Amino acid sequence: MKVKMLSRNPDHYVRETKLDLHRVPRNYDPTLHPFEVPREYIRALNATKLERVFAKPFLASLDGHRDGVNCLAKNPKSLATVLSGACDGEVKIWNLTKRKCIRTIQAHEGFVRGICTRFCGTSFFTVGDDKTVKQWKMDGPGCGEEEEPLHTILGKTVYTGIDHHWREAVFATCGQQVDIWDEQRTNPICSMTWGFDSISSVKFNPIETFLLGSCASDRNIVLYDMRQATPLKKVILDMRTNTICWNPMEAFIFTAANEDYNLYTFDMRALDTPVMVHMDHVSAVLDVDYSPTGREFVSASFDKSIRIFPVDKSRSREVYHTKRMQHVICVKWTADSKYIMSGSDEMNIRLWKANASEKLGVLTSREKAATDYNQKLKEKFQHHPHIKRISRHRHLPKSIYSQIQEQRIMKEARRRKELNRIKHSKPGSVQMVSEKKKHIVAVVK
Amino acid sequence: MNANQAAESNLLASNQQKELEDLPKDYPLSTSEDEGDNDGERKHQKLLESISSLNGKDRQKLADRSEASLKVSEFSVSSEGSGEKLVLSDLLEPVKTSSSLAAVKKQLNRVKSKKTVELPLHREEIERIHREVAFNKSSQILSKWDPVVLKNRQAEQLVFPLSKPQSAFAPIEHVVNGWKARTPLEQEIFNLLHKNKQPVTDPLLTPMEKASLKAMSLEEVKMRRAELQRARALQSYYEARARREKRIKSKKYHRILKKGKAKQALKDFEKLQKVNPAAALEELEKLDKARMMERMSLKHQNSGKWAKSKAIMAKYDMEARQAMQEQLARNKELTQKVRAASESEEEEEGQEEEEEPLVPDMVNGVQIKANGLNPWMVQNHFTDAKEAEIQKDLEDPAEPEAQETSESEEERAVVEEETLLKEFEERRSLRQKSELNHMAEPVHSRVTKDPSSQEVLSELRALCQKLITENHQSGKQELSSARTAQREEPAREEEEPMLLQRPKRARTLDELEELGREECVENKELPRTAVEGLQLEKNRSNHIGAPKEKKRKEQMIDLQNLLTTKSPSVKSLAVPTTVQELEDEEERDQRQIIKEAFAGDDVIRDFLKEKREAMEASKPKDLDLTLPGWGEWGGMGLKPSAKKRRRFLIKAPEGPPRKDKNLPNVIINEKRNPHAAAHQVQVLPHPFTHHRQFERTIQTPVGSTWNTQRAFQKLTMPKVVTKPGHIIKPIKAEDVGYRSSSRSDLSVVQRNPKRLSIRHKKHLENNCVD
Repeated sequence: MKVKMLSRNPDHYVRETKLDLHRVPRNYDPTLHPFEVPREYIRALNATKLERVFAKPFLASLDGHRDGVNCLAKNPKSLATVLSGACDGEVKIWNLTKRKCIRTIQAHEGFVRGICTRFCGTSFFTVGDDKTVKQWKMDGPGCGEEEEPLHTILGKTVYTGIDHHWREAVFATCGQQVDIWDEQRTNPICSMTWGFDSISSVKFNPIETFLLGSCASDRNIVLYDMRQATPLKKVILDMRTNTICWNPMEAFIFTAANEDYNLYTFDMRALDTPVMVHMDHVSAVLDVDYSPTGREFVSASFDKSIRIFPVDKSRSREVYHTKRMQHVICVKWTADSKYIMSGSDEMNIRLWKANASEKLGVLTSREKAATDYNQKLKEKFQHHPHIKRISRHRHLPKSIYSQIQEQRIMKEARRRKELNRIKHSKPGSVQMVSEKKKHIVAVVK
Repeated sequence: MNANQAAESNLLASNQQKELEDLPKDYPLSTSEDEGDNDGERKHQKLLESISSLNGKDRQKLADRSEASLKVSEFSVSSEGSGEKLVLSDLLEPVKTSSSLAAVKKQLNRVKSKKTVELPLHREEIERIHREVAFNKSSQILSKWDPVVLKNRQAEQLVFPLSKPQSAFAPIEHVVNGWKARTPLEQEIFNLLHKNKQPVTDPLLTPMEKASLKAMSLEEVKMRRAELQRARALQSYYEARARREKRIKSKKYHRILKKGKAKQALKDFEKLQKVNPAAALEELEKLDKARMMERMSLKHQNSGKWAKSKAIMAKYDMEARQAMQEQLARNKELTQKVRAASESEEEEEGQEEEEEPLVPDMVNGVQIKANGLNPWMVQNHFTDAKEAEIQKDLEDPAEPEAQETSESEEERAVVEEETLLKEFEERRSLRQKSELNHMAEPVHSRVTKDPSSQEVLSELRALCQKLITENHQSGKQELSSARTAQREEPAREEEEPMLLQRPKRARTLDELEELGREECVENKELPRTAVEGLQLEKNRSNHIGAPKEKKRKEQMIDLQNLLTTKSPSVKSLAVPTTVQELEDEEERDQRQIIKEAFAGDDVIRDFLKEKREAMEASKPKDLDLTLPGWGEWGGMGLKPSAKKRRRFLIKAPEGPPRKDKNLPNVIINEKRNPHAAAHQVQVLPHPFTHHRQFERTIQTPVGSTWNTQRAFQKLTMPKVVTKPGHIIKPIKAEDVGYRSSSRSDLSVVQRNPKRLSIRHKKHLENNCVD
């Protein structure tokens, strides 16, 4: 007689080492796991709440400047190094990991108007109110050496901004005109001008590097082509644009920070309508910088807050503020897209997390899976009213809050007036102007 | 020569004169120019003027130039102001003949033939053109990024930094060259390799391999390759075609395809029969077997989901009815024994088609009657049903319960409804009476057969009213007599259609009995009309659980009742009977029109029904916790005892009273739960176009509880992944496979001035041409 035995291969259920995980057979029969939608909804709700609980974006404040921080620059080769120029002509180099200043230079007399690093990260340039452009070495002077610039260029007029080419030994300054300089020469290789107003900032396109954008105080944004030594197009807005920033992943997209509290994202090929108008600030926007992923950008405003906008949304996803932070003059997104730095009037540079509730440091795989899942759930249920309410809730300083209310009323009044005007005039004679078109005065060829 | 000169001087003179004539009158003239003039008066005037101008003041004035002119003559007389220019031809004309001046003339001609150079464009204009050209050029350069940007925006996941550090693969030769055998084992291996002439470096092929490679000639290889290529191409072509055909959704196409295939099969079969009868026989057998299998399957019975839905729809939809018929026919055909399939089948089918047009309306019934199967029988039937109802109406006060049950069981409760319904009933009875009267008049009944001709109806209205009043008495008499005559009939009549319909389907004992009874009737009766066909369908469904004949009869009547309310033509004629006398003509007409317009839909009744359903739905349900077979015998067909059921039935507590309890003509929906609404999405979010789409995304779970590990990872994949501590650089042309421009921007800029000037010229030229 043959006896049949139940036999199992121990490989299937015995762990090789005690550190291995137990094999857990799972039954995915949907009847065994009912109520999937309510369960996931609750999970999403909890994830949203936890996100708000853990949202603590402020990391550090770097203090040491003796006047307001006027400009910031990041080192393209090192994540930990940040440069800052103050209103008293002092330039400081910071180490972010140690959160300490590692070098201080008295670079200019008067404001340091602009600062930029060379693409290789070995030296940096500053321009100041004393009509000079100076090139400095990134490493400090050796023992016994004096702190001296590598080169100094004396100009005829004040330079208000500087930017370095992304691949070559060329930099551009702006003031009364846009000058393109070869690093080796003391005269600009070409200067481009269109109109006679002072230009406040100039930026190289990081992808198609021969393109430049500048904004002048006569409310316009001008694009230049360095190769053909000519301006390309000019768009005139309602109010002055303070600075622009190019998207590092999309060659033709740039965002302009405007005095009228808005930011405008343009496709440079079609300047007559901005791709998106970003509204939320309640005072002039002073600086803007793109995340290196090109999906979001951060803006600094005179209303003492920083906001983070997704590129394709007109409303901000995040607002950062502290009680002590005054008008934020400059802002930068670090090259690993994890942190944001802001320099403000009250002499401090602040370091923020780009994702307010993100856990820093190395994550285990299970943690990572959990955060991914939570993220997905939040995204899935983002339209549900409770979740929406919780995830959108931010505490705001009273000044900003009341400003928002006030501006809402003003906007509503304006809208009502426009509607009335349409209603009481001959049909077709008064047209509704879309928000995007409203702020563009003209495009000059 | 002299003559020539004279002529020329003449010409000149005339020319001058012309000019002089054009001059303004007060123009000062020199004496030399005066000579040819013959206008004395004018000369005199001029002379006077010139003399008067010799005075001190005027002389100075003469020297002054009062008008703007380009030329200032040295004689203080300008040639300007005449409006006429000195033309080159004027100068040339006198020298025409003189040969000595030919060279000069030629030169002058050449000068004349050259076009004038146009004025250069304004600087601003030039700059604008440059800008435009440069802008177009740079936007063209930028547009190469469009696909990349689009791809990145739509990407499921983007991992930054984009450019991966290239893992450098050193070529094997380098590795081998730099490596030496040290251990004895390695040395041994190398020895072996060397012995076999295994090449260590470059070609990496043994002589043997080389030889084998060479063995196949180039042409052969080429041919073989071409063949393979062709085969592959063909294969992919056929695959693509098959896929395409499979994807076609057109029913027509498939029908045609199927037909074609069937034809082909038939042809093949015939051919086979001729060629190889044995094989054909086998084939036939196979076909037969397939048919049998098909027959055995339930596919062609009317129990499928589709068939059920159609059965419901058949009441209202002509197409559905037809489809159902077709399906029935097919079923019959398939279930038929093969040998009987020759003639009788066709006959039967034809019969069937005549038998069940399945039209519920009276109208159609009348039409069929007109077709002339047996008008008397049909009429008989109609009157029959109606009479039964009337009879019921008469009995109404006596047995209200019976009526209620007949209406439907739900109606029992509400009192208001009852009153309403009673009203309806009254009207209906009146209508039917008049109808009956109508039936008595064969002429009029003929006319009513045409349902569409409303005009005829309106014309007839007056007439029929008269008739009604006349025949009122006689009609009642007839009615009573007819009732007595046909009292026995109805029970029999209902069963007859069933008998016709389903001679083969008698399964239960009950039905068998009926069958036996019906057979005797069958002989007498002829095939039925449409109305009956439908009745029988309905009846059958009603029957199964109900053995009592009386009840069945009532249901039958009820159905009839429904039908009569739905037939517009009959109603329109029948409505006014008693009330009409009291009302004015106009009012009556108005009412009639309204009634005709809304003849088909019984709004109030629908509303009541709806409300009842809503109330039913909102009532809390009882909970039955009975477990069959627990504490007693269980099994198929056994039900737990009533006592037990009563014991385990948890009665649901009475809910709060409905808000519309005391509002007879209102339904207040109490389904909306304000607590749940706070958690629900009110507006369809942006990217979705339909609420179902959105619901589907919500309903698919993402968690690992419902998904496998792999699916879970895929579902929760984050959109943007960045690595901590890695610098993300701006995208580069090389990253996405574009060739970056070899020229550096700097060199271009430094070379620019020269290029610019050339380019400028070109553009200017272009502009001029434009």
